[in-house]
Amino acid sequence: MAGLELLSDQGYRLDGRKANELRKVQARMGVFAQADGSAYIEQGNTKALAVVYGPHEMRGSRSRTLYDRAAINCQYSMATFSTAERKRRPHGDKKSTEMSLHLKQTFEAAILTQLYPRSQIDIFVKILQSDGGNYSVCVNAATLAVIDAGIPMRDYVCACTVGFVDETPLADLCYTEENGGVSSLAMALLPRGGQIALLQMDARLHQDHLESMMEAAMTACKGVSKVLDEVVRQHLEEASALSRD
Amino acid sequence: MKDTPLSNCERDFLLKAIEEKKRLDGRQTYDYRNIKITFGTDYGCCFVDLGKTRVMAQVSCELVAPKESRPNEGVLFFNIELSPMASPAFEQGRQSELSVKLNRQLERCFRNSKCIDTESLCVVSGEKVWQIRVDVHTLNHDGNLMDAATVAAITALCHFRRPDVSIQGEEITVYTPEEREPIPLSIYHMPISVSFSFFQQGTYLLVDPCEREERVMDGLLMIAMNKHREICSIQSSGGIMLLKEQVLRCSKIASVKVSEITTLIGKALENDKKARKAGEKCGFAESMSQERITTLIVDETPVEMTDVVEQADDIIKNSKAPPETPSSPVVPAPGVGQVGQGLQNSWGLEEQDSEEEEDMVVEVQPKKKIAKGDIVEISDSEEDEVVILQPEAPVKKSTAHQKGATTSKKKK
Repeated sequence: MAGLELLSDQGYRLDGRKANELRKVQARMGVFAQADGSAYIEQGNTKALAVVYGPHEMRGSRSRTLYDRAAINCQYSMATFSTAERKRRPHGDKKSTEMSLHLKQTFEAAILTQLYPRSQIDIFVKILQSDGGNYSVCVNAATLAVIDAGIPMRDYVCACTVGFVDETPLADLCYTEENGGVSSLAMALLPRGGQIALLQMDARLHQDHLESMMEAAMTACKGVSKVLDEVVRQHLEEASALSRD
Repeated sequence: MKDTPLSNCERDFLLKAIEEKKRLDGRQTYDYRNIKITFGTDYGCCFVDLGKTRVMAQVSCELVAPKESRPNEGVLFFNIELSPMASPAFEQGRQSELSVKLNRQLERCFRNSKCIDTESLCVVSGEKVWQIRVDVHTLNHDGNLMDAATVAAITALCHFRRPDVSIQGEEITVYTPEEREPIPLSIYHMPISVSFSFFQQGTYLLVDPCEREERVMDGLLMIAMNKHREICSIQSSGGIMLLKEQVLRCSKIASVKVSEITTLIGKALENDKKARKAGEKCGFAESMSQERITTLIVDETPVEMTDVVEQADDIIKNSKAPPETPSSPVVPAPGVGQVGQGLQNSWGLEEQDSEEEEDMVVEVQPKKKIAKGDIVEISDSEEDEVVILQPEAPVKKSTAHQKGATTSKKKK
């Protein structure tokens, strides 16, 4: 976009970050008492809430029961006040359905569904404030919520959106950067094995740059996983401290 | 209507074949099916056959008011219809998961990659712009609808001509095709998608899965590229875990395939242009060949048979001769059949009669077999005398047999 420099000559972005810096992540687990697992995460200005119910008996259509594993039901929605212009249709539109499908696919790969045959796990995610990287923040929030619910997973699922400007990959895009016509790559990664649960890319990117983009995304995801790990351990300490008293 | 479920043995068969690098239609791992592109009579209508998968794309345009956020850009609208004609699993009341997925993928592939110059679609800034609508209809689903849909959509967009417009002060005149030649759209590049299917937790990979292969696959990776080796979109779906090397390898394969398909599209557009200029009749009806039964003709599938012949020979050599009872009935005279003729009595009644019948049966057997001239190799029979019997000969035997039968009846 003319006039909006996404990466200055000194290597600083619009919000003062360097190219490979992530936004500040603050997260809290166990925010709701009613749900089996819940989490709230803030990544920069993007805020998301995730809630997990399950594993419980299959609700809705019994015919969709899987005989050997749990079915995962994901719902993604954005609050009407989450974007600059009021969102008229928070859920049911194509973008939300697509996001829900992607979330479902990501967690089907990560959760050990074989341990809970004929049951259902619900994951609900809501974006309270959208400032770029919606999908990644949702995945991170949902990971924390699933851990809070005590459902076993193969590994943390960490996601990050990476953009490409001036031959440099930018980690963790914000809204202005995403809509600036920059090619963005969203990746959900299981850090320990380096396995990619979901890969999504829009806008033109030359094939030769693909490798560096993916490398940058993997590094960023590993950074996110460290933060999430910290959050989980701290939550565990707090919980055990309370129970000891 | 629910689709017929896939049986376990068919699933195992498909997976085992994939492990041995064999596909149902004899293709190699990285081979595409035959792509055939035909055009309709109007500009902007295109049919694409990817093997047996068939889709149709139609482009239409309309003058509308532009979006407030983009007052000097035209509007692009993409829509894929999964009609029940294509597969019994598709229902008329839309919004199935597959429909949403395909729609979103098509949108992201074309809109975000800016393949069409939308600013050239503006007529009066802030008031009137062209809205280009691409409708893709699936006519037959035999796997890989996404690739067929992208090829159809981009070909239709390249083929489309919009009416010419002229502005005189405040007045806008839209000319009909008869008044002024319609103008083609300005297309920057042609994004084409290539689908990779993964099996056995990502161990095996196939390009362009057919419907059966799609049913047993773990997941799908769709890479959309143009011939300048720019990636327009990547989407992984299904619960598979990918490795970075796999994705990079797939992108290399995709670039090769995309350049092939782009040349094919270019040729098809050229041929159509020539045909229209020469005044030949063109259109969907013309592209169908006349006076041929098209439904039952199947192309020769190049399946590798070399090891199968050896295996078959082994099986034949090691097998034992079948029991002396043939399963085919003997026809004593043309047009007449007899029940029970020539079969060994397995009920164990009346030992004598059965012996009699046995003798006769034994006599009849070898010659009967050769008379039929069928599956002679099954048993390593020592009969090298091939006697072709005349229709009268069996009649004699039948009378003899009948005698035996009647005697047995009497004895009863």
